[in-house]
Amino acid sequence: MAGLASTIYNSLIRKNTVFLTTIFASAFVFELGFDSISNRVWDSFNQGRQWKDIRHKYVQAEEDEE
Amino acid sequence: MLARTCLRSARSVAPVRNVASKTASRSASTSSSSEGAASSFTMTVAGSAATAVAVGSIAWYFHLFGQEAYAMTPAEEGLHPTSYPWEHLKWNKTFDHQALRRGFQVYREVCASCHSLNRVAWHALVGATHTVDEAKTMAEEHEYDTEPNDEGEIEKRAGKLSDPLPSPYKNDEAARAANSGALPPDLSLIVKARHGGCDYLFDLLTGYPEEPPAGAAVPAGLNFNPYFPGTGIAMARQLYDGLVEYEDGTPATASQMAKDVVEFLNWSAEPEMDERKKMGMKVVVVSTVLFALSVWVKRYKWSPIKTRKIVYNPPVKH
Repeated sequence: MAGLASTIYNSLIRKNTVFLTTIFASAFVFELGFDSISNRVWDSFNQGRQWKDIRHKYVQAEEDEE
Repeated sequence: MLARTCLRSARSVAPVRNVASKTASRSASTSSSSEGAASSFTMTVAGSAATAVAVGSIAWYFHLFGQEAYAMTPAEEGLHPTSYPWEHLKWNKTFDHQALRRGFQVYREVCASCHSLNRVAWHALVGATHTVDEAKTMAEEHEYDTEPNDEGEIEKRAGKLSDPLPSPYKNDEAARAANSGALPPDLSLIVKARHGGCDYLFDLLTGYPEEPPAGAAVPAGLNFNPYFPGTGIAMARQLYDGLVEYEDGTPATASQMAKDVVEFLNWSAEPEMDERKKMGMKVVVVSTVLFALSVWVKRYKWSPIKTRKIVYNPPVKH
């Protein structure tokens, strides 16, 4: 455990430039993950209520007409 | 000069008089308290009377100014709307977009003959209730003014997605003239603009009685609706069972149409609601985690102070 912590400290935190890059990169990755998870939760709350859930009915209908 | 000296002398006299009266009252009160049983009875009476006067004046003041003032009669206030369990008003629910589509159909076929919706553009419907092609087709059915051409003439062109929904009347004056003086309000923000919001609109639309109750005075040209402040409303009942034919096969009862159109008008008043609630959920989640983290950090930093023990060792006597 101590070995892992010191590896992380030495590789990601010790140099300020690397630490800053780590912060930005992890913020980016976290944002991606958090958004996709919360979007999925939101869609499960609102199953069948949103436009993307009913869109296929109307797009399909128009393609049939043409 | 003479007047000024007079004033000065008067001023110099005043404190003296004050002192004199103060000493007089003090001597009176000390003498009365020392008198015994008879005066303690009068003291009790005087104290009770003063308390009664104080309480009474506070009660009278509250009666006059403390209560909520109703300038209008209950009829003029209008009946309070029932609160309905709107699904789309829950904190984690979006609009039901199928209902929005039905509601737009009701607006277009019923409401739009008198009410404008001019804060909503055709493109707002795209991705909310209709596809791009459907919205374009509907926009093209209406004519709009062009910019003045080379000769300064204003011509007509077919509608585009960027145009607002067309108003039924050229201007407010024309709308009043066509409705015997009553202006049908623009419905874009009507849910936000009326007390009770969705509940009020639903009750207003479905609350017309078959005939006004006995004793209700309904002026000529108005209709009776208990939910409308004043009860006399220029709009007659509009929604009857089977008035529109829904394309998705939902039975078009009056209450179904009212519910759909109210939800649609709520969407037109706050089209950002879906996104806003989703963002709100994310904010709550993130701030909960950050708050828990800050509590942990506080406890971590304070733990030496909170767990320290102060020991007092008295000096050993020799």
